[in-house]
Amino acid sequence: MRDADGAERALLAFLESNAEISNSEAFARDLGVDHELLAGTIKSLHGFGFIEAKDVRRESWELTEEGLVYSRNGSPEVQVFDAVPAGGISREDLQRKLDDSVFSIGFRKAMSNKWLETKPLVSRKVLKVEDVVKQQLLDIKDGKNLSAADIDALKKRKLIVPKVWKAYSITKGANYAPTRTKAATEVTREMLLKETWSEVAFKPYNFQALGQPTEGGHLHPLLKVRTKFRQIFLEMGFEEMPTNNFVESSFWNFDALFQPQQHPARDSHDTFFLKSPCKTQTFPEDYLERVKTIHEQGGFGSIGYMYDWKREEAEKNVLRTHTTAVSSRMLYKLAQDGFVPKRYFSIDRVFRNEAVDRTHLAEFHQIEGLICDKGLTLGDLIGVLNDFFSRLGMKKLRFKPAYNPYTEPSMEIFRQVYPLYGSSALLTLISCCNSYHEQLNKWVEVGNSGMFRPEMLLPMGLPDDVSVIAWGLSLERPTMILYGIDNIRDLFGHKVDLKLIKSNPICRLGM
Amino acid sequence: MPTVSVARELLHTMLGRVYTQEEFDELCFVIGIELDDVTTEKAIIRKEKHLQENEADEDEEVIYKIEVPANRYDLLCPEGICRQLRIFLRVEKMPTYRLSRLPDSSILKMIVKPETAVIRPFVVCAILRGITFDQARYASFIDLQDRLHQNICRKRTLVAIGTHDLDTLQGPFTYEALPPSEIKFIPLKQAQEFTAKELMEFYKSDLKLKKFLHIIEDSPVFPVIYDSNRTVLSLPPIINGAHSAISLNTKNVLIECTATDLTKAKIVLNTMVAMFSGYCDEKFEVEPVDVVDPVGRVTRCPDLSLRTMDVDLSYIKKSIGVPLQAGEIVDLLSKMQLTSKEIDGDKIQVFIPPTRSDILHPCDVMEDVAVAYGFNNIPKTRPKTSTEGRQQPLNEFSDLLRLELAMAGFSEVLNWVLVSKKENFTLLNRKDDEKIAAIVSNPRSSDFEVLRTSLLPGILKVMEHSKDVPRPVKVFEISDVVLLDPSKDVGAANSRHLAALYCSTTSGFEIIHGLLDRIMNVLNVPVDGYTVEPSNEPELFKGRQAKIFYKGSCVGSFGIIHPQVLKNFDIPDPCSYVEMEIERFL
Repeated sequence: MRDADGAERALLAFLESNAEISNSEAFARDLGVDHELLAGTIKSLHGFGFIEAKDVRRESWELTEEGLVYSRNGSPEVQVFDAVPAGGISREDLQRKLDDSVFSIGFRKAMSNKWLETKPLVSRKVLKVEDVVKQQLLDIKDGKNLSAADIDALKKRKLIVPKVWKAYSITKGANYAPTRTKAATEVTREMLLKETWSEVAFKPYNFQALGQPTEGGHLHPLLKVRTKFRQIFLEMGFEEMPTNNFVESSFWNFDALFQPQQHPARDSHDTFFLKSPCKTQTFPEDYLERVKTIHEQGGFGSIGYMYDWKREEAEKNVLRTHTTAVSSRMLYKLAQDGFVPKRYFSIDRVFRNEAVDRTHLAEFHQIEGLICDKGLTLGDLIGVLNDFFSRLGMKKLRFKPAYNPYTEPSMEIFRQVYPLYGSSALLTLISCCNSYHEQLNKWVEVGNSGMFRPEMLLPMGLPDDVSVIAWGLSLERPTMILYGIDNIRDLFGHKVDLKLIKSNPICRLGM
Repeated sequence: MPTVSVARELLHTMLGRVYTQEEFDELCFVIGIELDDVTTEKAIIRKEKHLQENEADEDEEVIYKIEVPANRYDLLCPEGICRQLRIFLRVEKMPTYRLSRLPDSSILKMIVKPETAVIRPFVVCAILRGITFDQARYASFIDLQDRLHQNICRKRTLVAIGTHDLDTLQGPFTYEALPPSEIKFIPLKQAQEFTAKELMEFYKSDLKLKKFLHIIEDSPVFPVIYDSNRTVLSLPPIINGAHSAISLNTKNVLIECTATDLTKAKIVLNTMVAMFSGYCDEKFEVEPVDVVDPVGRVTRCPDLSLRTMDVDLSYIKKSIGVPLQAGEIVDLLSKMQLTSKEIDGDKIQVFIPPTRSDILHPCDVMEDVAVAYGFNNIPKTRPKTSTEGRQQPLNEFSDLLRLELAMAGFSEVLNWVLVSKKENFTLLNRKDDEKIAAIVSNPRSSDFEVLRTSLLPGILKVMEHSKDVPRPVKVFEISDVVLLDPSKDVGAANSRHLAALYCSTTSGFEIIHGLLDRIMNVLNVPVDGYTVEPSNEPELFKGRQAKIFYKGSCVGSFGIIHPQVLKNFDIPDPCSYVEMEIERFL
């Protein structure tokens, strides 16, 4: 018996003087090696181009376990026949002499062949029988061909089953050589040292396969988009506000923004209130008084809301529902420190007591920008929004009147979803839309904006010709659109897929 | 934002032409309402009954569902929406709402008893005389009350509306507050008499009304309105009496609004009469009622007078950024239901109708000018404000550290601040000593009970959900936790933490220790600048944990996660973990 190397040498040697090996199976038999072993060698030689191997499929027959037994012991009908003595035998005695299965199959078969009769002893009807079945089985074992009718009969008796043989026909390949040296896969330091690199044969590289995955850590997709938004604000000259205070008083979150105390947003259905620390104790008292007055009686040209404003409501602590709570603190501070023009921004978490579903979480990130200066106009707001959103690749905006308790005018920002052209962000958006055609040329809301009400700004002590224009949007929504994520929990929170963090692309909003 | 259903046919009739859906959508966009959905009445019923869509037939009446701004109570019914659109499109002129001229003696009275002060002190009333209802108007009349109750009335707590067939009643009326057992009447939709006390029991099983019981339930006296024959008109804010129920055939309607907030009661009453006086024989005329308060002061209501507001023209022009002429501004305002005239001193005087309670300040007038001019017609300008961009140092610092951790082979996760008490304490082998964690009082589910005091629960939950991720897993988070802090005005403060976890078939304690050294290295803290000392934290494994000290104080700890904690979070593999405060290194 030869080993694989021996088989390889023999095969290559054979091809040196012969044009073809038509059947690798016969070749293996002649060589005295297992065909499976030779097949491995053939595949390897083929891979390196030494030989050209083509599949040859052949169907042959194989004995079943039962067939194998009969090929040794003879068919059951002949066994039964042989067990019947010349003088006959009782059926019971005959049965006792044989295996149960041999008797039951063989007796029936011998009877139908009319070899035996019962009168009532079982006795031979013919003198001699030939075991054709056994011979047929042996022929199949030897790979000889049988007639279709014989095959059919054996198949019916479940003595043989078909077997597919896979073999190869082999000719010389493009890189044929009578012997081969092992091909290299890597350039090694040794090759460089010994300068053998020019002599070594290299295994062809499979360019269809993926390379080896990189190692290293990855940044979170939502925060990659946050980085982009921060860059845009910084490039546009905005200063970041300190937003690391999730617990806020109702005063700064609502009252300071001229949001009346009966406003539905202040309902426990929308806002998280705190049991501990349940209330805020210290406020700038004079400012609090001015806020109370503007709510109750108005002032600065406003009639106010005309209701009883309660300090207890303002004291209640909440998880801030918007980062505008921080804006109100910053603008108040600006008024105290002495007004100078400012551009502020922040991107941080806000909290809503909402039911969690595919598009809503109890906490999400709000992006907010504002400009505080004398003489700002609605035209300025529209202009700055166009500048901001065009940096995200949204060139065409439209504005819809809206209502918000602390801005007047209030404008919802809409952008058009274009057909397939424009920036990569838009392309991404389009490609991830299920209802692609429906989305075309549609106006989609992308944020909210407005000018802060004088009832908010003037009690702070800002000069009365100062206006504040502001806008806000969520960070999650553009991120989900950008990365084609349709369930917010796949993005933010512990159910995130770590594979998603690893595989998501760089944030090219607006590039 | 409230949504109002309007039949498309009605809209087209009222607007005097047929609009395609796109055209109507566009009109809504310009004026600031929104075509939210297009449906049919039958489709709504089918939806309620969860029937299949395919049963729709062609000739069903199409209904537009229109979202309106939350402060425009006058747009809460089809009448109001059509009126605003007609005026905007200049199909209709702004109507003048007026009180009918009657001798004082013929004006009906509502006498308020002093006891009402403790439960629901205010009432305002009006009468719509000679009204003609039909199916649609009647349905709209009921719907408007429902929407007002839902919105401005804050589910009837602030204001409750009662409407009555005046012809079944005999004035004057009294508004009283009596012990529940003394009030007895047949309520709407019932056949038998109940005492108010019995009613409160009876309605506990009523899906619609049980929500309102709490408003008066605990009071020793309940508000109630009687006519001069002691017929009960209503038990506000729960139910009206059956006796004075209105029907399609009612000609004269008494509207009463009881309230804890008088301003809102007036707005509600004005909205009701402004919307439906259009169906009276004398169009837009309302019959007043005199409300006599406990000290005998008489207030005639409703007050339909026009409020005036003087607005600087320069303020409007400067705020919008468009050089409009006074005449143009007056013209634009007329589209928004505001009449105005130019007065001396570069000003206009604006006359605000009772339907526009949303106008509080000249800025609201300015907005209406901008809306009528068209937001999208305003030329873009750039603010001249020149400022420098600047980052918050803490955020800039955090971002630099985030990059370092990612470069060290750790992947970033981002978890919620809100966690359950169990996750923040029990599952970490910790007890809540009520001294560190801020607690939410009204979480919708136990998932949001407490603000995390460390980043650990979130990261362990990530691992719980990452069982099939090939090991080793290396994750980090740099984010805020919240701790009670009496030195802050609100009593709590954020603290920025850095946390990293390694998980594999072995615990990898040295890997986390090495990461700590690396963090100190990039923070430019020399090897002898920090110390680690064995510790005994319950969430970490004994003998494989230490506290990190920097400049004499503890800034964090690291160690192998305690096997019990791993089990609590159903994590099959050992993990090592480091968490530290980073603000001290800033």
